[in-house]
Parts: sequence; structure tokens; C-alpha cells
Amino acid sequence: MTRLERRHLRNGLLFCLPWLIGFSVFLLYPLVASAYYSMCDYSVLLDPVFVGLDNYRQMLSDPLFGKSLWNTAYYAMFSVGLGLVISLSLAMLLNVRLRGIAWYRTALYLPTLMPVVAASVLWAWMYNGESGILNSLLAKVGIEGPNWLADPSWAKFAMVLMTVWGVGNAMVIYLAGLQDVPVQLQEAAVIDGANWLQRLRHVTIPMISPVIYFNLIMGIIGSLQVFTRAYIMTGATGEPERSTLFYVLRLHNVAFQDLRMGYACAMAWVLFLIILALTLVLTRVSRKWVHYER
Amino acid sequence: MSANPLRRSRWYCHLPLIVLSVVFAVPFAWLTCSSLQPREQVGSIPPQWLPRMHYARIGSEDVAVTKPVAVGVDSVVVVPQSGPDKGKKVLAEARHYAPGPGEGMLTQPVQQSDAIVTVKVPARLVQRVPADWVRVEQWSVSKYVKAGQPEWYCLPPEAVRSATEPVWRNYPEAVRALTAEEKDKALPLGKLLAKSRLPWTHPRAPGRTITFLTYVVNTLVVAVLGVIGTVLSSSLVAYGLSRIPWRGRRVLFWLTVSTMMIPFPVLMVPLYSVFRALGWIGTLLPLWVPACFGGAFNIFLLRQFFMTIPRELSEAARVDGCSEFGIYWRIVLPLAKPALAVVALFHFLYAWNDFLAPLIFLTRPETYTIALGLQQYQSQHGGSEWHLLMAASALLVLPIVVLFFLTQRTFIQGIATTGTKG
Repeated sequence: MTRLERRHLRNGLLFCLPWLIGFSVFLLYPLVASAYYSMCDYSVLLDPVFVGLDNYRQMLSDPLFGKSLWNTAYYAMFSVGLGLVISLSLAMLLNVRLRGIAWYRTALYLPTLMPVVAASVLWAWMYNGESGILNSLLAKVGIEGPNWLADPSWAKFAMVLMTVWGVGNAMVIYLAGLQDVPVQLQEAAVIDGANWLQRLRHVTIPMISPVIYFNLIMGIIGSLQVFTRAYIMTGATGEPERSTLFYVLRLHNVAFQDLRMGYACAMAWVLFLIILALTLVLTRVSRKWVHYER
Repeated sequence: MSANPLRRSRWYCHLPLIVLSVVFAVPFAWLTCSSLQPREQVGSIPPQWLPRMHYARIGSEDVAVTKPVAVGVDSVVVVPQSGPDKGKKVLAEARHYAPGPGEGMLTQPVQQSDAIVTVKVPARLVQRVPADWVRVEQWSVSKYVKAGQPEWYCLPPEAVRSATEPVWRNYPEAVRALTAEEKDKALPLGKLLAKSRLPWTHPRAPGRTITFLTYVVNTLVVAVLGVIGTVLSSSLVAYGLSRIPWRGRRVLFWLTVSTMMIPFPVLMVPLYSVFRALGWIGTLLPLWVPACFGGAFNIFLLRQFFMTIPRELSEAARVDGCSEFGIYWRIVLPLAKPALAVVALFHFLYAWNDFLAPLIFLTRPETYTIALGLQQYQSQHGGSEWHLLMAASALLVLPIVVLFFLTQRTFIQGIATTGTKG
């Protein structure tokens, strides 16, 4: 190693020092500790007691674990799926040259800025069965709305709908992707006689596929961790009939109400593994459909 | 920007965009309208949009009153001369009142919110009320500040007029409502806020109370310290990862990026026990100190930006004998201002909106952030007080919306970058 190389190594490590500390203390240690706690009986108040894979075994017989997993899968599927279609459609609508397009962009983006606590309080009020505005508007077009948050078969979907309202981030990312699609490609396709749908299918979608892939992964990771909206709109128990008891909500209750921190850590690790597996599968599959220019 | 045949758009492109903009704006409109309605109007079935106030002509004055309620049957207003409601105005059905030569007699019990039960007592007739008249109560904005029972009146319907008028006082009322101690809510607003406990208030300082201002200051402390911490530390690290050629930086970079996949719940419990061991639970420290050691996403964003700054600039400075820190501080940071602004903005938003971490780590009400304070209030008064909840929510959103309009360009570009440079 030359003197210069040594100096670079020293400087590089010095510059990265804050992160090396932060990474070890706030990420690596908690990660390892949580893996260990997941095999312990642990209540924070007392020292952890090693119990092997008991916590994981318990999960199999815990009906609320399955329930919360199903609720979360439902929510993730619909919010990611609907979110993808709607944010991409909005981005394509916005990808035009029009006077005042900036205003539309702002109008469609603004809901994303709403802090989730405020948005949840607002939507809880909109979903109110009797004096909420949503059912009143639906009644005007002749639809009798359900009692959204009080109806076990609608409460989850109500949360999905609220999420779709805030798709602005994905929309802006798609819009940026769409604006990067080279005009020549579209022109070439037009000259070849491709119609709008064919251009979408064979030019636009392949060109923005890395962005779709990115949003998809981010969407899945985010939606599997859904917590705040249920905690605020339908309470910590995930009413009605635990239909909005999402995974992290259940995890939070187990950890901070029942003080079963070991079991909570095991649940968290299962979530982590699910996320890892989904990401891996998507990445594997993505090689087939994601098109990288470089 | 040459003319692009594919993007040339017709007027009808406006149509779906207008419709969608309106649909997306409905919740905001409902938030605004609800937050400006008088207490009695929120929760009306079917819901109403525009806030409506009612005024009654009493003598020569216009008095703000509640929504008029039809009396329905021929009635009388009488004042009992004995019994528990002696001297109080009471509304009774006319057929239950036997007029006498001097004082009349109430023959049936009367039930009214502020009267107990008045039965068979002599009563003095004040007013006869025809069936088509209405009853109104004097209106007061605040549930917390009031002097005794509100005055009420029976009037012909034409004496009450209604006006579309926003109740701006719901906003100070919401600020009042988010005070922790019930007994402090009746104080004048200025005095109430002056009594606020702040993060630097001594724990045993007398006469201090937890108010909305406490929550605002807590949120700002967490957000501002976090922004300063993360901008400085993340840029240092990003510099180390992008502009100093040292062995291992690639590994560290990929390690950093891959940590973005770790869900917070995995770290939640051990972090809780670490912070507990440090005595940080119930303080603001867990919410901003970790930010001072860099954040994976911010490091990633800044590194990508630093890579675009020409390498020759650093080389030239090195030749001139500038230290590595000097290059970072005097050359790279000034050039990276737009990226730093994005990081600062994102972290501010994150800190302002965060809920799960404050919920877990802030166990004492004097450390609550606004989001947590609002949720706590909602969980205690949910299902009622929607006008105040909406006003408080609006107060939580407003700074963010203002910030967005001030920094729109940075903002939108920042978000777009996260998706396309990845």
C-alpha cells in the first residue's frame, strides 16, 4: 500500500465514521439483538431467557398471527396493485403539454403531503356512516354506501382507497421516467404504424420498467408495514372484528401492550424474511421484463 | 424543447385532469369546510358543506344563536314561583299550563336540559309561544370558556336569519382543546400558551402545563436538530463513499443501500431496550440523535449527486494542498446545495409526519409531537368534536403545504431523482 493509498483509506474511514457508528449502533446491533430476542422470553423489564424456536412455533398456533398476515396481504395486494395502475395512469395523463399542467400536477400531488395522522383523522370523518361526506356524495349518484369503517368486509378496502388518494410520490417518479423516454423511439413507432396501445405496450412500458420495478419494491415494503392509519381509524385492536388488525399493528400490541418482546421480534423477523423473499423473487422475475438502457 | 408530435395535446385533455383534480381535492375541501363549521353543524345528517351561522334579533341586537329548533306545539314560557326551578325560565306546553287570575299553575312535569323537574307549582307567564315558532340558544364558540347556562329564546321563525359564515374561532378552540389538562382549557389563549411547558423547561417548574405549543416546539426540535444532524453526517459519509478512493467503499456502499430494506419493526424492540438502558425513553433524544449518524437513504441520494461533480475539481484542490475536509467543506458542499436541500426537506417531512417512533419512544405527554398529540386527543374525543379535529389536522398540514409551495421545484425534482437514479 502506498502512502497515498494509506492516506485515502484513513480519510475514507474518517469521513464514514459517523455512519460506521450509526450503522453499528442503530442498525447492526438491533438487527442481531432482535434475532437473538426472537429466540427468548423477553419483557424488557427482565433479562431475556433463551427458549429456542418456541416463539416461532407459537406463531403457527396463534390465530391473530394468521389473521393479521391475511389482512396485511389483502391490503398490500390491493394498495400496491391499484396504486401502480392509478399512479401510472395519472403520470401518463400528466405527461402532456397543456397550459396549466403544473396546476394539475400540484393538485394530484398535494394529498401525498398530508401527514398520515391528519389524513387518517380526515378519512375517518369522511367514512363516517351517517354524517360523512363520502356516503352523501355516493347517495347523490344513487349508490348506497356501506358503513365503511364499521363494516368488516369494507374496512380494509377503505384503507386501500385512502392510500390510493396519496399515490403522488409514485406518480411523480413515473412522470420523471416517462419524460426520459426518448422521443425518437415513440416517433419511430408511429412511423411504423403502431397505435397508442402498441406504443404503450412495446415502447413506453419497457422503457420505464426500471421505474416500475423500483416503485413496486418500495410499494411492497411500505404497504407490508402499514400501521398508523389502522391504529388511528379503527383502533389498536383493528376493529371491526379485527378486520384491520394489520401485521405491524399486531406486532406493536404484542411488544408494547403485552410486553412479549421476544414474540414480537420473532414476528418482525418473519416480516423481514417475507420482504426479503418478495424482493428476491421480484428481482429474479424482473430480469425477464425490466429493460435497462445502460 | 422542439415541438413533439406525440405530446401535442388537445383541449379535451383538460377534461379528465379537471375531473381528477376535483376528486382529489374533495377530502381537502371537506377538511376545510368541517373545520369552519359551528359545533352544532358538524355531524348533521345529511352532511353540509358550507358553514352556517344563525343570528336572532333580540331587542335591537343581533345575537349569534344555535340552529333554530321548531317548538311544534302551542307553548308558554313561564317562571315557576316555587320548587327547585324557582325563578328560572321554563318552556312548557300550553295545555299543561292553567292560567289563573294572578299566577297560573303548571299541571304537568316539565323536562328541559337545565331544569330539574317542575310539577304543579305556581308559575308566572312570561310569553305565549305559537306552535310555528322556534327555540334558539345563545351560541358560544367555546365549550371550555362559558359563563353558566346559555340564554335561550323563543322567537317567530322570521326573527332568526342564517348566514354562510366561517367560524375561524374553531382554530384557537382546537389549540385550546389539545391542552392536556382539562382545567387549563378555560384560560385565555395567550395566557394558556405562555404557560406552555417547553423542552427546556425545568421538570419541576411550577405552573407550567402541556399545550399545543409544547407539541409544536417538540416537533420543531426533533425536526430541526434531525435535519442539521442528517445533512452534516450524511454528506460527510456520502463524500467518503464517492470522492475518496479507498478499498472497501464499494462494500460499505452496497451494505448501506441494502439496509434500506430492513423494516423498522425489526429494529424497534432492541432500539427500545437500548434507549431504555440509556434513559432516553420519554425524551426527544431517540427521535433525532440517530439522524446525526447518517441515514442510508440520504447517504445514497447524496452519493449519487456527488458522483456527478467533476473529479478534476478535487484533484486541483489536492494539488493546491487543500485538505480532504477542506475539499468537502469548500468545494463539494457548496456545489451540492440542491441535493442537500432535498435531503433537508425530506428529513423535515419525515420528522413532522412520523408516528410509530414517537408513539413508542415518547411516553410522557410533555414530549409529544403534534402528530402524537393529535392522535391522543382523537382517541379520547373521537366520534365527536369533528370540527376541532379537522381544525387541528389542518394546523398539522398547513406548514407542510406552505413548505411545499415555497420549495416546489426542489421537492418534485428530489422525488423524481429517487426513482430514476436508483
